Order: sequence, then structure tokens, then C-alpha cells
Amino acid sequence: MTALRALLRPHRIVMIALFAVLVVWCAVTLRWDWIPRYAPLALEGLWRTVWLLVITVVLGFLLAIPLGLAQAIGPWYLSIPARSFCTVIRGTPLLLQIWLIYYGLGSLFPEYPWIRESELWPYLRQAWPYAIFALTMSYAGYEGEVMRGAFASVPRGQLEAAEAFGMSRFTKFRRIWLPQAIQTALPTLGGETILQLKATPLVATIAIVEMYAVASRVRQDTFIVYEPLLLLALFYLAIAGVLALIFRKLEERVPVRR
Amino acid sequence: MTAPIAAQTVADRPATQAEAIRVEDLHKSFGSLEVLKGISLTARKGDVVAIIGGSGSGKSTCLRCINFLETPSSGRIVIDGEAVEMRADGTPANRRQIERIRSRLGMVFQAFNLWTHRTLLENIVEVPVHVLGVPRREARDRAMTLLDRVGLAEKADTYPAFLSGGQQQRAAIARALAIEPSAMLFDEPTSALDPELVGEVLTVIRDLAAEGRTMILVTHEMKFAREVSDHVIYLSEGRIEEEGPPDKVFGAPTSERLKQFLKSVS
Repeated sequence: MTALRALLRPHRIVMIALFAVLVVWCAVTLRWDWIPRYAPLALEGLWRTVWLLVITVVLGFLLAIPLGLAQAIGPWYLSIPARSFCTVIRGTPLLLQIWLIYYGLGSLFPEYPWIRESELWPYLRQAWPYAIFALTMSYAGYEGEVMRGAFASVPRGQLEAAEAFGMSRFTKFRRIWLPQAIQTALPTLGGETILQLKATPLVATIAIVEMYAVASRVRQDTFIVYEPLLLLALFYLAIAGVLALIFRKLEERVPVRR
Repeated sequence: MTAPIAAQTVADRPATQAEAIRVEDLHKSFGSLEVLKGISLTARKGDVVAIIGGSGSGKSTCLRCINFLETPSSGRIVIDGEAVEMRADGTPANRRQIERIRSRLGMVFQAFNLWTHRTLLENIVEVPVHVLGVPRREARDRAMTLLDRVGLAEKADTYPAFLSGGQQQRAAIARALAIEPSAMLFDEPTSALDPELVGEVLTVIRDLAAEGRTMILVTHEMKFAREVSDHVIYLSEGRIEEEGPPDKVFGAPTSERLKQFLKSVS
């Protein structure tokens, strides 16, 4: 009820009305007759974008934990490689990384007979393992840096209390240090995950038909340019909205005193 | 007021009670700075030992060496008759042993150090469940009893950040009690509190002393130390300058430094 009442302020009513006019105008004057024909492909593209995002965010974050930890407290032989990795990943364009991995590794592997004869070869001939690898590394590189700061920011006393009560190093990490670091990093991670979503269209350049690739297929087939792109923007916006909502819920699990 | 305290002299303490904590010739250096220059102390079961002294006297460091939050440079520490295995440089030789001993010592910090990402109840069941292996239901029931005891039962599901310092410290005491400690270590438990909140925390500690818990208490509250302790140790520049029953230490100090110190804090 209160949410509804908050929407019914004068300035908001005006904004809603303007938006409605825009939608109606788009629906009436633009061409949408291509949609039924491309709907199955578009849904497939949407599905690919979503799982590409989910898999690379999960795997990338799992990698970011040791990367952050190594930089925060690791000995030099762990912290230096971890820092170098994050610097290289953050300092080069993702598009370049995707191409280097796909064209580089992809043309290197066939040179080795034992790879060509392995069980994995049928997969290594496709594009998606390289796409997942590149996007995972990218997310790990950025989030490794975020987690470094998050680990370092957990107050000393919190860890000291864990030690004073006899927690083993692993229990301390699992029960106190990691949860608090994640809690600190959540707002940043939310933003970075949305950035990751918006990085996924880059894999269209190595022939993976995700959402963006479907839009450009429509353009090539029908010479309709703007309508598919508008719809595409709307889809990205919707996914980003869902992500923002999920991260807000996660952040709210531990209330903060303001 | 003085009569009951006078009765609690060292001589009157039952010497037959087992030793809970024994520290022998404890040294601690930070780099070239020697903070502790040979401290020995003993707390028998049921003893309340108060450590007083000016800032920088080493009293907190001494307390933190007992559960190895600070690594002693040399010395011997015996908890419940079990000597902590130490290497020549004072570092603990057996991590498992340290963890086991720590889980028997209930520590209360100056800055409370409640875990901020968990509610009070979760803070209190954390160690029993995840270190001592107590079944969750049992740990919860016990935690509720303890929260009730420190007057925070209705705050069980509140996060520490929403509580006053006094409430946080009382919850931290409940957390220390939840492990059923063989001894409790208090590191200036009221120093971070607003003056009007000190009383509620001291009341809880006083009750614990009255029920015969073994405690080592580093404190700036001289009146309180005199009232609850069986034995007072005055540290100055890393050495025990004077020690004895509270009435003697506070009422008839012999060392010049202690006289000066008591004058400055009164």
C-alpha cells in the first residue's frame, strides 16, 4: 500500500505518463512484425546470456576469494602472482582477452595430438569453453582486487575474538572473516556483476549466439535496425534490475545502523 | 565495608584449591622494547585477580599472553595444570593445544568485539556450536538463559550495532560464559564505555565473582578492583611493583610508585 502511495506523487505520475506515451508510440509506429519469427531464437539467446553470466560470476568469484586472500595476507610468492594477474586482467580490454584466448589457445590446442585425441576435444572445438574461461578470468581479476580490500577491511578485533575463543584458522575464515568481507564487498560486487552482464555481448564476436547476436542476426536478415536494439536494451535493463534486486536483498540480510 | 574484604586475604584463600592459571617469569618484547620483564602470577580456582597499573605498564599485554593473543618472548604458562608447549622463542609449539586451551578461557575485550554480522543470539551460540561441537538446540537454550541473565533476552535477535556499549559488553560477557570457561579474562571491560554505562557491566562482573568464578581482571576501576578481587597486582614498567590482598595494596601501599599511582587515579 505504502509503495503504491509513493508512486502517486505528482512528479511521479507525470513520469509514468510520459513513459506510457513513449511505449505506446513505439508499439504503434515501429515495426514489430519480425518478433514471432525470431522469438524462439531470442529466448535461446536470453537463456545463453543468463547462464553465461551466472556461471562466470560464480566461478569468477570462487577464484576471486583466493586471489584476494593471497594479496591481503599471502607470502610474496603468492601475493605477487595474484597482484600481477589482477593488474593484467584489469589493464587490458576484455575483447582482447577473449580474442587472445579463443584464437590463441584455440589454434594452439590442435597442434598437440594428445589434446586432439582427448575426451575434451569435442568441447574444445566449440567457442563457449573459451567464452566462459575469458569471462571468468575477467570477473576473477576485478573481484580479486575487490576482495583484497574487503579482507583487509575486516577489523582486527573481530578476528582476534575468533582466535581468543579457540577457532581454528579455517573456522575463523569460514565463520567470521569471509562472511564479513563479503558483506563489505556486496555493494561493489552488485555493481560489478551488472558490468559483467553488459560485458557478455563481447562473446558474440567469437560466434556465440547470445542475446546481442540475435539482435544483429535480425538486422542482417531483415534490415530492421532500431527495433531489435530497443528490445535488446529493455532485456538488459530487466536483467540488471533483477540483479540489483537480488543484491539489495543480500545486503539487507545484515541490517546496518545509519 | 572493609570488614568483609579484610576477611578475604591471601592467607584465608584455601591453598588446597587447584591452580587455574599459573604464569611464570613471563617476558615479552616488541622489537627492542621490553614490555614485560618477568611476570609471575597464580590464580587458583575461584580466585579473582585484579591487575592494575598505568597505561603502558604492560597489564593488557600480560593478560593477552595468557591465551596467546600475544606471543610471549619467554616464560611458562600453565592452564588447569596443563603447561602450554612453547618453542625456545616463546611461540606456541602446538596449535591444537592452544586452540583447546583458548576455548576454555572466556575472554572479554575492551572494545567488546562482538561479531557484527551476527545477532546477539548467533554470537553466543557461535563458539559452542562451531568450536566445541555442542548441539545447536542445546546451545540456543543455554544462550537464551545467559542473555536473560545479563538482562538482554529481548535483544536476542538484534545486531550488535544497534545496542549501547554497555549492552554489547554484557552480551560479550554472555558469549564468554557460553563456553563454560574454566577461567575468564577481562581486558579493561569498562574502559570503552560511557560513564553512565559502566555500572551495568560491573554489576554483571560482580555477580560472576560472587558465584566463585576464576577471573583475571585488568581494570582502571580501582574501587571495583578493591571490592571484588582476592588478589591485586600492581604493574609498573613491565614488572610487578607490588601485590597482595586488596586491602593491603589499596589501604597500605608500601611502594612509592603505587602510592603515586593511587593518588593519580583517585
